[in-house]
Amino acid sequence: MQTVKIVVTGPFNAGKTEFIRSVSEIDVVSTERKISSEPEKVKETTTVAMDFGRITVDHDLVLYLFGTPGQKRFDFMWEILSEGMLGFVVMVDSTRPETFREARSILETFRAYAPTPYVVAANKQDHKDAWDIDDMRLALRLDPKVKLLTCVATSKEKVKSVLLELLYGILAEMEEGRS
Amino acid sequence: MALKGNLRDFTITQLLNLINLARKTGTLVVEGPGEVAKVFFREGKLSYAAIEQEDNSLAAVLQRTNRITTSQYKLIKEKASRMSDKELGLVLINAGYVSQDDILLSLQQYFLAVVRRLFTWGEGFFRFDQGDLSVDGKITVRIDLENLIIEGSRQLRELEKLQEEIPTLDMALKFTDRPGTNLRNINLSVQEWRVVSFVNPKNSMRQIARATKMNDLEIRRVIYGLLQAGLVEIIRPVGVVAPAPGRMFPTQNKEEQKSLVNRLIERIRSL
Repeated sequence: MQTVKIVVTGPFNAGKTEFIRSVSEIDVVSTERKISSEPEKVKETTTVAMDFGRITVDHDLVLYLFGTPGQKRFDFMWEILSEGMLGFVVMVDSTRPETFREARSILETFRAYAPTPYVVAANKQDHKDAWDIDDMRLALRLDPKVKLLTCVATSKEKVKSVLLELLYGILAEMEEGRS
Repeated sequence: MALKGNLRDFTITQLLNLINLARKTGTLVVEGPGEVAKVFFREGKLSYAAIEQEDNSLAAVLQRTNRITTSQYKLIKEKASRMSDKELGLVLINAGYVSQDDILLSLQQYFLAVVRRLFTWGEGFFRFDQGDLSVDGKITVRIDLENLIIEGSRQLRELEKLQEEIPTLDMALKFTDRPGTNLRNINLSVQEWRVVSFVNPKNSMRQIARATKMNDLEIRRVIYGLLQAGLVEIIRPVGVVAPAPGRMFPTQNKEEQKSLVNRLIERIRSL
């Protein structure tokens, strides 16, 4: 059995666990803990080690999706999880501009780990407070060549299109002979 | 027992706060990036500070603060190198070259600059030796620490934010390909121009900092400004081999790899 992996990263509460849950064929194996710190109590639990989802491609190939912990104090896990990844998705909460700076920092950190293709997913685009995608590109200082995609992590179709864009990017880099 | 640790875990402002509140007397030795600082405290007040790798003599401090000329500094070094700072200070005052205030203000300025430099050290081993005040022949002062602590906290907060924006200085910079951007039409400071002149995919930000003699905080501040203005972007330095991404594919054959990605695409589409 052959296995490959894609990493889903991003700041705390960006929607990484939901993203994986939407497409994983197994219940996401999650290492969640109750949140103890008051400022971070925008949700009840958070990922402390990783999330783990699976998509069986055929009898011979499995795609694993790894979600990184969002809180900075667990960032020692990031490098371990990035080892051997095909590419990565950076999730950003479109309604919380205060997390854009951290998203940018996480993006730079993962770029330094491995020169693999990546896409940025602007999550929660169905919320009324969501930032416009063009404004987000400017705020996140993304190069025009970087794919910034609208996303709703609870929507399977939206998650599929983000993963497909990443895979198209991987294929394009292979065609160019960079991978 | 001496207080020991790393600035990464216990910041310099926390240390100053401790020394201030406990009114400690002793010597703080900090081993930073390529430099060692010694800071002396008496009853919780800054008394003396020096960087071991620098000329910390009174003559050097007076020359740095323009109280004496470079030729006077050289002359003192030649003729009075055996004099202690206290002896030299008396000679200079009696000869009318400087006043007592000139000396004290220059020393205060220098000591504060040394401590401010510590604010920019993100990590470094420190040791506080209680009671040790071996500053024989040196002129000491008494500076309250409160203002320094407030200033240091502010700088640390700024450094933390800049570290979030620019997590590593091992990456390089390149000018963005924005059409119509002309550097000549942009008002850059002298510091910014110095950095801009080194922007090249071959130079890491750390190398630029070294070449322009800027510390971590200063280089990050300048680069952050250039990034915000959209003038530069961060890239991996040319010639630096990227860390091996690990085994991405279960096969080394390029065609099989492409086939694998196509199978993934088909599968995701069919979900």
